[in-house]
Amino acid sequence: MVEIWTNQILQGVLLGGLYALFAIGLSLSVGVMRFVNIAHGDLIVMISFVLLSLTGGLGLPTLAAVAIVIPISFVGGYLLQRLLLQRVLGKDVLSIILVTFGLSIVIQNALQGVYGADIRKVGGGAIETATIPLSGNINVGVLPLVIFISATLLIWLLDLLLYRSRIGARIRAVSDSVATADLVGLRSARIYAIAMAIVGATMAISAGFMAIWTNFDPTSGPSRLLIAFEAVVLGGLGNLWGTLIGGIIIGVAQAVGAQFDAAWQVLAGHIVFLAIFLTRPQGLFPKY
Amino acid sequence: MTHFLTTSYSVFVGRLLLACGIVFLATGPFLLDASGMQVMTEFMLMLVLALMWNLLAGYADIVTIGQHAFVGVGAYAFFGFLVFGEWNPYLSVLMAGAVAMLLAVPVMVIIFRLRTAYLAVGSWVVAETLMLCAGKLSAFGGGSGISMPVSAVKQFGARIGERYAHIYWLALVLLAVVFISTWLLMRSAVGLGLTAMRDNEDGAGAVGVNLTRSRVLCFLWTAPFLGLAGALITLQKLRVAPPASFSITEWTVYIIFIVLIGGVGSFEGPVIGGIVFFLLREYLAEVGVWHFIVLGPISIVIILIEPRGLWGLLRRFVPGDLIPVSYTPSALKGTKTEKARSLAASTSDVLSQS
Repeated sequence: MVEIWTNQILQGVLLGGLYALFAIGLSLSVGVMRFVNIAHGDLIVMISFVLLSLTGGLGLPTLAAVAIVIPISFVGGYLLQRLLLQRVLGKDVLSIILVTFGLSIVIQNALQGVYGADIRKVGGGAIETATIPLSGNINVGVLPLVIFISATLLIWLLDLLLYRSRIGARIRAVSDSVATADLVGLRSARIYAIAMAIVGATMAISAGFMAIWTNFDPTSGPSRLLIAFEAVVLGGLGNLWGTLIGGIIIGVAQAVGAQFDAAWQVLAGHIVFLAIFLTRPQGLFPKY
Repeated sequence: MTHFLTTSYSVFVGRLLLACGIVFLATGPFLLDASGMQVMTEFMLMLVLALMWNLLAGYADIVTIGQHAFVGVGAYAFFGFLVFGEWNPYLSVLMAGAVAMLLAVPVMVIIFRLRTAYLAVGSWVVAETLMLCAGKLSAFGGGSGISMPVSAVKQFGARIGERYAHIYWLALVLLAVVFISTWLLMRSAVGLGLTAMRDNEDGAGAVGVNLTRSRVLCFLWTAPFLGLAGALITLQKLRVAPPASFSITEWTVYIIFIVLIGGVGSFEGPVIGGIVFFLLREYLAEVGVWHFIVLGPISIVIILIEPRGLWGLLRRFVPGDLIPVSYTPSALKGTKTEKARSLAASTSDVLSQS
C-alpha cells in the first residue's frame, strides 16, 4: 500500500518536471513582460507538430530535429514579439489578451487544417521504455527522469541568465520600468524581443519532450496553457524556482487523483490548484 | 457638401434599420419556416451572450474566457429541474438563471483575486473545472451526456413547428429583457460610472466611482442571463453533454469574435457584430476549420487598427449613438444655450489665464 502511494507520488513529481517545462516560458513572459500569452500552449503544440514533420516526414532523428527547432523557435519568438505583440503591449489590457487569444485560435485551426485532428506522438527510441528499478515495485522511467533534470537545469540556467548576466540585468531593468529603461538608453522593444526569443527556445525544448512523452493533437494547446498557468500562479509570479514547485504540486495532485480513478487525473490537478489559490492568492513563493 | 454619414440623418437611418430589425424579430414566427426560426433563435441567444460579454469586457474591465461556464451550468440546472425534479417548464428555465447566479458568488470569490489577463485565464480554469465536474454527474450521463426525454420535450409543444415557435418567443423575451434592463443599467448612475471606467479606469476611480462594487454588480448581473440562455440553448439542442453544453468555441470564442468585430465597449457593437457573424457563418460554414483562420486574423487586425470595431469605424463619421446610453449634459441642451455659452466662455477665460 505504502509502496503504491510512494510510487504514485514519485511519478507525479517527475510529471511535474514536464509541467514545469511548459510553464518556464510562461513564467518568463509573466515575470518580465508582465503579460499572459494565451497562445503559449498552442505555440508549444505547433512546435511539436513541426518536430513530427521533421522526424516523420524527413526521417531525421528526434534529437537532431530538436536541435534544428530550438534556434528557429528562438528567432520565431523574437519576430513574434517584434512584429505583433510589441504593437499591443503598451495599449490597454484587453488588446494583449485578445491578440494572443486570436493567435491561439488561428494556430489550433491551422494545425487542424494541415495535420488533421488525429492524436499524434513522436517516437523517441529506446529511451522511451528504459527504466531504472529502485526498490520492490518502484521503477523510474529514464525519460521522465531526464525531463525532470532538464527542467531543473533549464531553470538554473535561466536564473543565472536573469540575475548574473548583462542581458539579464537589462531585461530586469526594462521589466521594472520601461520608461526609465528607455531614459537610460536601453532599447526596450529590442530587449523584450530578446526575452521572447528566450521564451521561444524554452518552448522548443518543452515541445520536444512533450512530443516524445505524451500524445498531442491540434487542440491540446489550451490544456497545456492551463497547467502552465496554474504552475506559474502557484509558484508565485516571476519566481522561476517557484514555477518548478508549482509544476510538481500539479503533477503530484494529478498522479494521486489518477490513483483513485483514472478519470479524476486532470480534475484533481485543477481542484488542488483552486484550493491552494484560495488560501494563498499571491502564490507560495511570491517575488513581488 | 457634407458626407451623408456625418449628418444627423445617418443616425435617423440607423435607428430606422434598428426598428426594422425589432419589427422583424417580433414577427419572426409568422414569416419564417422552421429552419429560419432555428437560426434566428440561435442568433438571439448568441446576441444575449455577446451583450453580456461586452458588459464585462467592454465596460467593467473583466475579460473572461470562461463565460461558457455559466451557460453550461444553466443548461445542466434546467435539465435537472425539468427532467429529474419534474418542475414546471417555465420555472425550470428560471431556476437555471437562479442557479447560475448562485454559482457566480463562489466563482467571483476565486477569480476576483486575479486581474486582467490572469483573471481571463483564471476564469478559464474555473470553467474547465466545472465542465469536468459536470462529466462526473452519472445521472446526467457522465462524460457523454444525455438526451431530453420525449415527454419533457413535448411540454414545450407537441409538434415540431409549434415547439420551434415557442422557443423562439422565449428567446425573444430573454433578449428583450436583457437588452432593456442592461440599457437601463447603463443609463443609471452605475452605468455612468461604468462608461467612465471604460474610458479611463484610474480617472473613474479618482472621481469616486466604486470600481469593486461596479465589477461585482456587473458579474452578478451577467451570470443569471447566461444561465437562462443556457437553458434555452438546451431546449434547442435537446440534450446536455459536458463538451457541448460547456462549449468554449460556441459560447466564448464566437462571442468574443462577435463583440470584437462589431465593437467592444458600445451598445451597437454586439448587435452589428452578431449580424456580420451570422452572415459570415452562412458563407464560411462550408470551409470547416478555415473559417476560424479567417476570423482570427480579422480580429487581430481590428485590434491593431480600430480597437472599437466596425461601430468604432462608423462612429468616426456618424454624429451620435443609435442606442443612446449617455446623456447630453443639460448645460449644452438647446434651451440652456446661454448658460452653456457663458460656461464655455468662463472656462476658456480660466484656461487662457493659466
